[in-house]
Formats: sequence, C-alpha cells, structure tokens
Amino acid sequence: MVLTGAEIVVRCLQEEKVEYLFGYPGGAVLFIYDELFKQEQVRHVLVRHEQAAVHAADGYARSTDKVGVALVTSGPGATNAVTGIATAYMDSIPMVIISGQVPTAAIGLDAFQEVDTVGITRPCVKHNILVKDIRDIAPAIKKAFYIAKTGRPGPVLVDIPKDITAQRAEFSYPQEVSLRSYNPVVKGHSGQIRKAAQLLLEAKRPMIYTGGGVILSDAAKQVTKLARQLGFPVTNTLMGLGGYPASDKQFVGMLGMHGTYEANMAMHYCDVLLAVGARFDDRVIGDPKHFQAEPRKIVHIDIDPSSISKRVKVDVPIVGDVKEVLEELSRLIEAGEKPNPENTAAWWKQIGEWRDKKCMEYKNSAEVIKPQFVVQKLWEVTGGDAFVCSDVGQHQMWAAQYYHFDEPRRWINSGGLGTMGFGLPAAMGVQLAHPDKPVAVITGEGSIQMCIQELSTCKQFRLPIKVLSLNNRYLGMVRQWQQFFHGNRYSESYMDSLPDFAKLAEAYGHIGIQVTKPSDVEPVLREVYTKHKNDLVFLDFQVDPTENVYPMVQGGKGLTEMILGSEDL
Amino acid sequence: MRHVISLLLENEAGALSRVSGLFSARGYNIESLTVAPTEDPSMSRMTIVTSGSDDVVEQITKQLNKLIEVVKVVDLSEAAHIERELMLIKVRAVGKDREEMKRMVDIFRGRIIDVTDSSYVVELTGSLDKLDSFISAIDRELILETVRTGVSGIGRGDRILKV
Repeated sequence: MVLTGAEIVVRCLQEEKVEYLFGYPGGAVLFIYDELFKQEQVRHVLVRHEQAAVHAADGYARSTDKVGVALVTSGPGATNAVTGIATAYMDSIPMVIISGQVPTAAIGLDAFQEVDTVGITRPCVKHNILVKDIRDIAPAIKKAFYIAKTGRPGPVLVDIPKDITAQRAEFSYPQEVSLRSYNPVVKGHSGQIRKAAQLLLEAKRPMIYTGGGVILSDAAKQVTKLARQLGFPVTNTLMGLGGYPASDKQFVGMLGMHGTYEANMAMHYCDVLLAVGARFDDRVIGDPKHFQAEPRKIVHIDIDPSSISKRVKVDVPIVGDVKEVLEELSRLIEAGEKPNPENTAAWWKQIGEWRDKKCMEYKNSAEVIKPQFVVQKLWEVTGGDAFVCSDVGQHQMWAAQYYHFDEPRRWINSGGLGTMGFGLPAAMGVQLAHPDKPVAVITGEGSIQMCIQELSTCKQFRLPIKVLSLNNRYLGMVRQWQQFFHGNRYSESYMDSLPDFAKLAEAYGHIGIQVTKPSDVEPVLREVYTKHKNDLVFLDFQVDPTENVYPMVQGGKGLTEMILGSEDL
Repeated sequence: MRHVISLLLENEAGALSRVSGLFSARGYNIESLTVAPTEDPSMSRMTIVTSGSDDVVEQITKQLNKLIEVVKVVDLSEAAHIERELMLIKVRAVGKDREEMKRMVDIFRGRIIDVTDSSYVVELTGSLDKLDSFISAIDRELILETVRTGVSGIGRGDRILKV
C-alpha cells in the first residue's frame, strides 16, 4: 500500500492502538494534522502549550499501563516540549513524542522554526531518532514504542522533517522489533534470588523499601503478597506511593526528606533492607555516608543495572523486572520454612515506639485553614478513590503525606524533575484515561500559574477535574527553606498581585470557589463531588501562609536527623 | 585509576554524541576517544581512555550499556590487553639535526614518511608511553606539529569483543 509520510505516521499510531494524541499544530506538522483530520480512531487533544501536551500524555501513561503520545511542531514546539520530556525521563515514564522538523534540505541552514531537536533532547530521552527517509518512518515509530515501554521505561522522541511527511512510499507496519544492542533483562538471576530469600528469612530488623519501579512494573500485588508472607514493615518512596496499601498496618508511611519518623528510623536501623524499584536518591536517604555508616545487608531489585550500587553499595543485586523477581521470591519463601514472627517481634515493638511520636499530627485551627486539613478532607470525601495529581512544592508533600493511597497509579506527581506546572495538564491525561473517576489536582498558587492556560483545554474537552489550590501567597517550599536555612530572608518567594482565581476559573467557563473558613472545607468538597461532579471546579483555599512541611530531613543530613516540628528549629 | 574501555556501537548518526554527551553530562573524564567502523560496516568500535575510582568506572560501563545504540562494552584494562596509538609528528630537519632525527626515529622504530629539505614527517606507533618518550627524547624546539590518534585497544589471546 503506497501512502504519504503523514499517512504512515497516523497509520502507525493507529497500529499502536493510540487512543489520545496530545498536541499542538504548526508548520512542520501540517501534513500530519491533515491526516489526523481525516480519521477518527486517534483522538487529538489540543492543548494550549506544548509543555502541557507532554505532561498530559505523561499523566495518561502514569495512570494506565499504556504509552503516552504527544505531537509537536519544530523549533519552539519542540523546545516547549523539553520540560515535559525531561519530567517523564526523570520518572521513567513510557512516552513517544513525535516532533516535526524543517524539510531535510533546510536542516542545518538556520531555517525558520529550526532547532536541533534530537540534539537538545538527547540528554533527557531514553532514545531519539531523526528520520531521514520516508521508508524509515514506520520502523522508527515501531522502535520508539518498543523502547519506550520495555526495560526501564522512558520517553522516546521521533523527529520527522516536513518533506518526508509529504513524500509517498510503500507502507507495512513491522510486526516485531529486534535490536542487537537492546535486550533488557526481565528474569532475575535465580541464585541471587535464593541468596535474597535466605537473607530476608534471617533478618531481625527487616525493612521493605519500594519505589516507582513497583508502580511502573505493575507489581503492587506482588509487593503486598511478599510483605504479608514475611510480615515485614514496608515504606514507599514519593514515586512509589500506592505500591503498598497505605491503610495496611505493616505500612510505616513514606520515607525520605518529608517521610515519617518511623519510616526513616526503620530505614536507617534495619539489618536487612529489601529495595525494590527504588534508587536511593538524595531526597530518600539524605547523605549516603551517614546512611552507610550503619551496617546492614541490602538486597536491591531493579531492571536498570545502573541504578544498582550507584549511590549506595548493595550486597545482593538482582537485575530484572521487579514483578517477575518478586514472584519468584514469593514462590521460594512459600516453598521453604515459614518465617518466624518471633524473629522480628522486638523490631516491631521498636517501630511501635517510633510510631508513638505521631509525627504526622498537626495543630488544626478554627480560624485559618490548615493545608494538611484540606488534603485529609479530600481523602475522606473521595473515600481514597481519587486520582490525585500534584504540582511541586509544599502542597505536593502534604498531598503525599495526608492522602493515603491504597492502590497504584493513583498518585501522579513529578518526583524526579520536580516540575511546577505538571499537575493540571497531567490531570487532563488522567481524566481522559479514566472518564468516570474522580480526578483532583492538588496545587498551589505558584505552580498552577505555570500551566493555568490549560483550563481552556479542560473546557474544550469537558474534563471535570477538581483543582484544589492551597493558596498561601508564598512559594511555600522556597519560603520554608528560607525560613530554616536563610535567616528568614524571604527573597522573591512572596506572591503579590495574585489574580482572583475563582473569577479566573469562571472566565475560562468553569466554576470557581474561594474558601476561607476551615468549617467550609468539608461541605465545599462534598458539594464539589456531588452537585458539581461533572464540572471542573477550581477551589481556591486561602490557607495558613506560614505552615511548614514536617518532618524534614535537611539536605545533606542523615535520615535520623529529622526536624519534627517548629520546636526542633 | 586509568581505564581503557572498548565498545561496539551501531554505526549511526548521533551515536558518537550520545557517548560523548554521556561523559560530559555525568562529569566523567575522557583522556582520549577513538572511533572507526569495524569489518562490519554497520558497527563501529570505540576505545575510550578514562580515569576514575572503581565505582565511577563501574557506573561508566553501566551507563554506556544503557545507551540504545551501544552493543557491547568491555573494560580492557581489567585483564591483559594491548594498547596502541599512532602519532604523526612533523619536525624541523636541517643541518646536523637531520641525521640526529633520523637516528632517533630508527631507535623508536618509527618511519619517516615525508621529506622536504627542511622537515620530516615521522610516523610512530606504540603505547602512549612510547609516544610520550619520543616527544621528550627529541629537542622540543624542532617539533612543528603533532597529531595523535588516541589509544586503540584490544584484549590479548582469547578475549574477543565481537557480536
């Protein structure tokens, strides 16, 4: 079948069963848009800024197990997409980004809207490909989807010059991809898994620490099964929330910079640590020297060999898909002697004492809305069933701390790159993927303004997202650090001249409500999830401007050196 | 510590910048880097001389392996291997220096491959140390131009890097 390059691009997306394509048209992709117009299978979602197209595709991918797809034009279209691509790369999200490029003959001649997209994105993609021949379009797209979703997932960019989309060539979609240079390991080494099982069974002070890899590999069930078999405490990283039910008694909360006292203490003082799909990053273990000063055996399961022994030396590395490895580990433990709960009784007692610190308690107020209170009420009102998308800052941490995720893929946030402006566009992708589910954005007045134009997209596609802005008139996390570490000099962290967000939401055709009284929080949330179920509602919560996120492990400090509250300052 | 890393990678546009970009992005050292196609024109062989602690070098090989276009990576310096580098050096050769230079080239088993009435171009192959020694053995003043390929390496005996 002879098709034009543009037809081939669209046919490839159809073959990959792409439901939604998030994008923005422009000169270099006009032929592709013309073909999109002529078909209905791939639905295009017109965003208001290319960054949002990539975040929306990202949210779609995070909340499902599918590849998110975005389409942008050359030059500024591609550069605007870069923040989105880097966000997905840092969190290993499977995505394919198709970018238009100036015609082949114009490449390198500083043409209008020309930029070296492959060069600019090279450090923040899993792979990228500049297609120089129409016959390479289909293999390149096939390869892009394959690379994006296999191994440690990540974004793959395919850059296609305009002239190629207008040429004609024979089309057939490749059935398979085989790359001699890329064969991710899936099954773990059985000898290593046996060693791991042995270590776990001998543990006196065990700890299971799971990260985003568990979510990406859909291994939450396997983690839960293994944890129950062993009766060990479990902590999740920020990226791993929902990888183990937060309401379970073996769950000790999130760990890290703003993790719970019990999770951080247990992480530090455990004698055997099972790390699953996590990478010991600076926000999780703080200072690696401090962490490694305490002796313990570490078993680390990860699909990416370069994540193993990168910041912390491990004793039993297991490279493989965490789901497969956990299943094998479970089988081994099931077949062997039953784990003896007495081994860990003293450890659980110790954890109980740490828990008694009740580090997540906060002083509520009848006068001013506490941001934690809003998140807590959202959790209650939605019965823990919402998809929660967050931006970046204090509100992100409160969302992670006070919305208790029992299921994976419900917590959508930019953990690695920390991209402000991520929440709302990501929520668009989530809502499209789950049209009947409650989707909430927890944001602040700083973050929301970085991609607020997407309220317009939400209107066009009738997305009933609920935006909860914890408006404290500060770039809260910056202010918190300035308070703690920069002598209360609030350099440029105060937000003056804020818009009336409720009116702004109304201007976009949505419902906007400003909430100032703590007693209104719950009734408003109830109303939003009943009466306004099918509308986008923007809730502008006027919260306590000076509230801080606790506990906190200061950058460069060890996990045991936590600031638990203002009295520790 | 100094390491010689050898890799096979797809002979595709951009593959080289992926490798060099990785080194700069992650702050790894490159002392030299050489690359050329192999007997299979779809594949290139690269030799990178780098330095770093064992942990850093382990990360370097892992990160290289992660690049989609990299087919195989081996740290040659882990076992017996051979390193060679080619140098072309243009030297002034007039009067008594002419004879002296010729003798020096012979001692180092180099070859003179271009002759004018005032200069030679000397071709010299050997380990990095040998080339360095030649440069220090001759009078600095006489050196007009130096070009070196960087180290190429291969394992001894049964150590074979091939797909």
